[in-house]
Amino acid sequence: MLSKDLLVVGAGPAGLATAIQAAKNGVKDITVVDLNMKPGGQLFKQIHKFFGSHEHRAGIRGMDTGAAMLEEAQSLGVDIWLNSACVGFYDDKVACIEQGQPDGTKKIVFMKPKTIAICTGGQENVVRFTGWTTPGVMGAGAAQTMVNVNKVQPGKKIVMLGTGNVGLIVSYQLMQSGCDVVCLVEALPGINGYGVHASKISRAGVPIYTKHTIKEVKGNGPNGRVSEVTIVEIDPKFNHIPGTEKTFEADTVTLAAGLKPVSDLVKLQDIDLVFNGPFGGWVPVHNEKMQSTCKGIYVAGDTTGVEEANTALEEGNVAGVSIAEELGCITAAEADAKRKEIWERLDGLRMGPFGERRAAAKKEVMEQFPGVRA
Amino acid sequence: MARIDDEMLVCRCEEVTVGEIREAIAQGAFDVVGVKRRTRAGMGLCQGRTCEKMVQQLISMELGVAPNETGVSSTRPPVRPVSYGALAEGVF
Repeated sequence: MLSKDLLVVGAGPAGLATAIQAAKNGVKDITVVDLNMKPGGQLFKQIHKFFGSHEHRAGIRGMDTGAAMLEEAQSLGVDIWLNSACVGFYDDKVACIEQGQPDGTKKIVFMKPKTIAICTGGQENVVRFTGWTTPGVMGAGAAQTMVNVNKVQPGKKIVMLGTGNVGLIVSYQLMQSGCDVVCLVEALPGINGYGVHASKISRAGVPIYTKHTIKEVKGNGPNGRVSEVTIVEIDPKFNHIPGTEKTFEADTVTLAAGLKPVSDLVKLQDIDLVFNGPFGGWVPVHNEKMQSTCKGIYVAGDTTGVEEANTALEEGNVAGVSIAEELGCITAAEADAKRKEIWERLDGLRMGPFGERRAAAKKEVMEQFPGVRA
Repeated sequence: MARIDDEMLVCRCEEVTVGEIREAIAQGAFDVVGVKRRTRAGMGLCQGRTCEKMVQQLISMELGVAPNETGVSSTRPPVRPVSYGALAEGVF
């Protein structure tokens, strides 16, 4: 059995920030595990520049933030295990990890860390329509990984469902990679993301159908792949309006219908959950220190409610400071001062029409915190 | 909301359809775990990562309850697929 000061599950912005901040504040023996081949979570597929102000890394591409964090974590001596999934927790907070080996095999190891940070992120929602399981239907985030990280086109002719910022940005990046984005489809009466992203798409002549949804996907392509997509107009109660169908030839459908927090590991601990609509579903209740209701276990990032990379990173910073405090590396007063500074940045990130809803959701989750149980 | 066909797949890992989930609800299932026990929806390779929200929506629609009233899916290790070989060689 391995013993560690801190186990971080997930090497995305939240997990890396937790590890970096804990290490900077004196925590010594830190392991970060991630089931992917590369660390960074979704940062490395974000080839676009972020919005916001200077202290929020505006104008910096997600991939560059990822590279800088990775370098910092490594220079601080943080141990990062890739191809390694935390597959469970057992009594007494023992973690079971399937550790990737250099030869590609896996080995099960058990670890008893003094503290744990669960930063497992979010997962894309699926949308059901006739034919949603047809090969070629995928999450918009999956398509973004293919095109930006793996440099593979997910298909040639693509229909995008959803016009939130993910739908809009991924559509544009698919176009940049040479894919033909046939159209975007949105159930709401208006575009659901920033106008600046939508106008880039419109200017390129790609139609955006609001008040529409996908009715059916046919899989008559090679190996049963998507061959055509039928969309339909919907009334305010989301009923299909007969006679308004339009059919497009396409080989790929990408779904940008939001994400939900990944809470499987959270559920294996004695951690209270609360349902929160704006955050995408069930989330662990936590306080302003990013402590869960279970002593020694911290949560940060999309696991605690789906937001975006910068808030995940700052929540990770809070968790890192709090972990250093719990382990006695810094005093409570020092930790409070550091957290105050980070929370000011977090409040700044949760402003504007999209941010205020998230600020209210965060407040609602934190208000339910009943205290930490041993 | 348009009526969803009974033939439509919900849990692709265990090949559970909308009709089977409706039947489970008619038999008395009122939450995600109840549907899971009756149909195996959410017990496959992905452990409900894809279908849990759809099961939740179906229960909400059929019973007219809010999503948070459909409960939380149960979880137990391993939460990711692990080979028996790797498990057997594990050292505690």
